Amino acid sequence: MSLSRPALVLAIALAALVALSASLGASRLRPWDVLSADEGVRAVAGLVLWEIRAPRTLLAIAAGASLGLSGAVLQGLTRNPLADPGIVGVSSLAALGAVLAFHFGLWSPAAGGIAGGLAAGALLVALAGRSAGTLTLVLAGVALSSLAVALTSLALNLAPSPMAAFEIMFWLMGSVADRSWSHVALALPLAAIGWVLLMSTGRGLAALSLGEDVAASLGIDLARLRLLAVAGTALSVGACVAVAGSIGFVGLVVPHLLRGLVAQDPRRLLPASALGGACLLLAADIAVRLAPTGAELKLGVATALVGAPFFLWQVLRLRGAA
Amino acid sequence: MTTLRWVDATSTRGGARILDAVALEARPGEVLGIVGPNGAGKTTLLRCAAGLEPLSSGTILVGGTPLASLPARARARLVSFLPQQAEAAWPMRVADAVALGRLPHDATRDAARDGEAIARALDAVGMAGAASRALPSLSGGERALVLLARALAVEAHVLLLDEPCAALDPGRQLAAMDLFRRVAAQGRVVCVVLHDLGLAARHCDRVALLHRGRLATLGVPDEALDDAALAQAYGIRAVRMRVEGQALLAPWERLGAGASREMRP
Repeated sequence: MSLSRPALVLAIALAALVALSASLGASRLRPWDVLSADEGVRAVAGLVLWEIRAPRTLLAIAAGASLGLSGAVLQGLTRNPLADPGIVGVSSLAALGAVLAFHFGLWSPAAGGIAGGLAAGALLVALAGRSAGTLTLVLAGVALSSLAVALTSLALNLAPSPMAAFEIMFWLMGSVADRSWSHVALALPLAAIGWVLLMSTGRGLAALSLGEDVAASLGIDLARLRLLAVAGTALSVGACVAVAGSIGFVGLVVPHLLRGLVAQDPRRLLPASALGGACLLLAADIAVRLAPTGAELKLGVATALVGAPFFLWQVLRLRGAA
Repeated sequence: MTTLRWVDATSTRGGARILDAVALEARPGEVLGIVGPNGAGKTTLLRCAAGLEPLSSGTILVGGTPLASLPARARARLVSFLPQQAEAAWPMRVADAVALGRLPHDATRDAARDGEAIARALDAVGMAGAASRALPSLSGGERALVLLARALAVEAHVLLLDEPCAALDPGRQLAAMDLFRRVAAQGRVVCVVLHDLGLAARHCDRVALLHRGRLATLGVPDEALDDAALAQAYGIRAVRMRVEGQALLAPWERLGAGASREMRP
């Protein structure tokens, strides 16, 4: 697949952000310290870069790409520019899974999160498989999401100690700090399968630009398209929420910003949104590392702080146009 | 000579028979008008032939091949459908919207042929000059023409059009009917749902009048739309004239109290 120009620019930006991300952290080590003449510095630099900054950078990219890509797919599927991965309930159920794992101390939160995401995926796929319409899927997602949020609050309510509640809340805010290669190994394979499913929806989403009847008459199997979209979202977003917590607004904002730059074509929007999501989340993660707040600002808080006003502005703009 | 045939086509939804054993043949080279009151089953007739809904019983044949046996993409290359209402979800360019009609052909990756088909379709509806404009900048009628061009760009053998003239001004309605005649003259099958009985009487080779899911009458416009048929299906009387040897028909008045179709202020 040849990359469109916006995608190319985003790929270059992402490379620059990766270099920046590798250079910034709690210690003043820089990437080139691995070539230092001092054997001690060399060893520490290698350790910091490889064990701390690399997994963090990789997870920020994976989570951002998953959110951006699934946001673009779900906006295309619902033909609604205000859709995001949250509307199908995957994020909330993955978060609930992680919180329950915390609460009962069963598995790691990450494994619980993945179980939650897959459960959401299985439910939605079962629904989509029974040829439920897109609206039904979204409504089911909203119901699923509300239930998951309520159960998450219940877990907080019944937390064994204030410290445990605190820990859960902190986890829910979303972060890629202090993640290890084991997190990457857990999340990345599932996310990658999800990306493959999501990327295969481009042709169908393009046809959907003119409505479900036109798409179906052009030979698009709508049930299969819905299946790919929800399964891909469940795998990629579920895996990323499981290791990075809930991160809002990336999936909403990124496709929105890029749609005009790719001539409104969903086929070109998908790779651009994946790259754009990765750029935005990595940039946000670099920003929280640099922000002069006492405790490190949580990534989900940072993206919501920027995203919520943007969302409001978009809603007002759309309402104004109508 | 590949015809499109509905054979005992029956479609039920929630216990109601939307189509009731319709037997109808659309022939290459002719413009077949499909008329009938609201809820008569016109749209369902087209949707079933476009593969958007399965029939409850009966079959639809394209040149002897059951439509349902064709793979979706092959069916999409053979049958093109223009829905009654369609809005673009995004503010796309006109040419990009029309280009979606080439999706069923994208396995061949013949960009030159696609480009020609898109240009031909835009030219046919008189929107070639607007190719690079954004859809929201067009009027409702112009958008309807772009969507018609999208359906033409498929260059399918069978063209199913659900009220293509509803949003058009009189000049463009006549231009559209002329266009359908030219498309049919290429040996293709053209089925057009129309509400305007005058347009149907003047521009269709044959007319199928649907009433309550059944094929009430079928034939040349004068026969299919005779007084008895209009009285039964619509509860109306029409005035008729002949102009330059062609039928002109205009709905004139409702018959009797028309109790069930009465509108109260």
